[in-house]
Amino acid sequence: MTRFALILALAAPLPVLAGEIGPHAVTYDEYGAIEEPLTDRPGDPEAGVVVMTTRGDGNCIACHRVAALEEYPFHGEVGPPLDGVAAYRSAAELRGIVANAKQMFPGTVMPAFYKSEGFTRPGDGFTGEAATEPLPPLLTAQQIEDVVAFLMTLTE
Amino acid sequence: MTTRTVAALALAGLLAAPAWAEDAEERLLVNDEIEITLRAPAPEHLDGALPEIVSGWVYRSPETQDLQRDDFDNPGILYVDQAREVWNAALGSEGKSCASCHDDPESMRGVRPVYPKWDEAKGELQSLEMQINECLTDQMGAEAWGWDSDDMKNMTALLASVSRGMPIDVAIDGPVQDIWERGREMYYTRYGQLELSCASCHEQNYGNLIRADHLSQGHTNGFPVYRFSTTALVSQHNRFRGCIRDTRAETFAIGSDDLLALELYVASRGNGLSVEGPAVRH
Repeated sequence: MTRFALILALAAPLPVLAGEIGPHAVTYDEYGAIEEPLTDRPGDPEAGVVVMTTRGDGNCIACHRVAALEEYPFHGEVGPPLDGVAAYRSAAELRGIVANAKQMFPGTVMPAFYKSEGFTRPGDGFTGEAATEPLPPLLTAQQIEDVVAFLMTLTE
Repeated sequence: MTTRTVAALALAGLLAAPAWAEDAEERLLVNDEIEITLRAPAPEHLDGALPEIVSGWVYRSPETQDLQRDDFDNPGILYVDQAREVWNAALGSEGKSCASCHDDPESMRGVRPVYPKWDEAKGELQSLEMQINECLTDQMGAEAWGWDSDDMKNMTALLASVSRGMPIDVAIDGPVQDIWERGREMYYTRYGQLELSCASCHEQNYGNLIRADHLSQGHTNGFPVYRFSTTALVSQHNRFRGCIRDTRAETFAIGSDDLLALELYVASRGNGLSVEGPAVRH
């Protein structure tokens, strides 16, 4: 049983749910957008709000100002404000930026939220201890879709 | 003109909003006598990476800033006073205190600005912590202090306090050049799952808010600092370790050669700013 579990662990280092595209399998187009949704289930904008405003999740407002999320305090200034972002970005572009913004903007400060390896001194969360890649991505495929669904409501 | 005179004149409508108001507010004169340099030209070795160097004090709230204006208000000075007692105590088998060789702590004015510094006899770069331990073990016959121990933080705070107002002036060439370059490489390396370098926040985004935190240029001239978040003195290496940990990285150990290299490089970015320690920060 131990050996069986070990083989499973080697064969599938990260659990990827059925109907989900894992971090390795994501296809970015030449502009860094992701056309195909990462899950079968459509994104839920309300769940996206939770991800965007929760410190342990996306914590998007740590860096981005979002007027629609004013009730949540302390919005940052490191990234651009997201008001009206859906008016000039497609869902595919937003999905690509959230998953790994460096595909579209090389050198951006923004962390990749759907990436599991290729890090320098990867750590085990915020413990400061070493971790072995692949790491669980910062957000799940469904959370990425939820965030994209919320961002698509920001039309003005 | 005293503050009261200014207020009276302002009330009487005799003073328009003075053009120098912003600069005057930004002034930090500790104990009404130690002028702190809050902005200085960027050192040449930064190659234009910063237009000027700015003390982290500038980015703190007015309430926090005020605590550093007077030693009666600065919580870090309590620890300086504790170190003054230790300074005069015989600590080891040789029956010597710090004062046996160095007289008053004030005689150490000028030490803090040049650390970390190359030690020719030992052939190594030494932080202030390492030099203090060398005194303890080699001169006094005492046990070395832990890098992050209270005794050590208190003593580095005392040594900083007597150099307040002097410009940071660490050497980066000669025998330390390779270490300095290693530190620079670390400064620009994007560590951890968040892939953030020191520069991501402190060179590209100083002055911006990240959540509720106002990002500074990350200089070390105020260390050891009194932090409200820990209600204690915090050493440079402790802060570095925490920052790198918070990128979701395998961090570096306090006292490691890695953090010592980073300490030298970051100190050199602040060459020209005043020693402020113990500064008061969030």
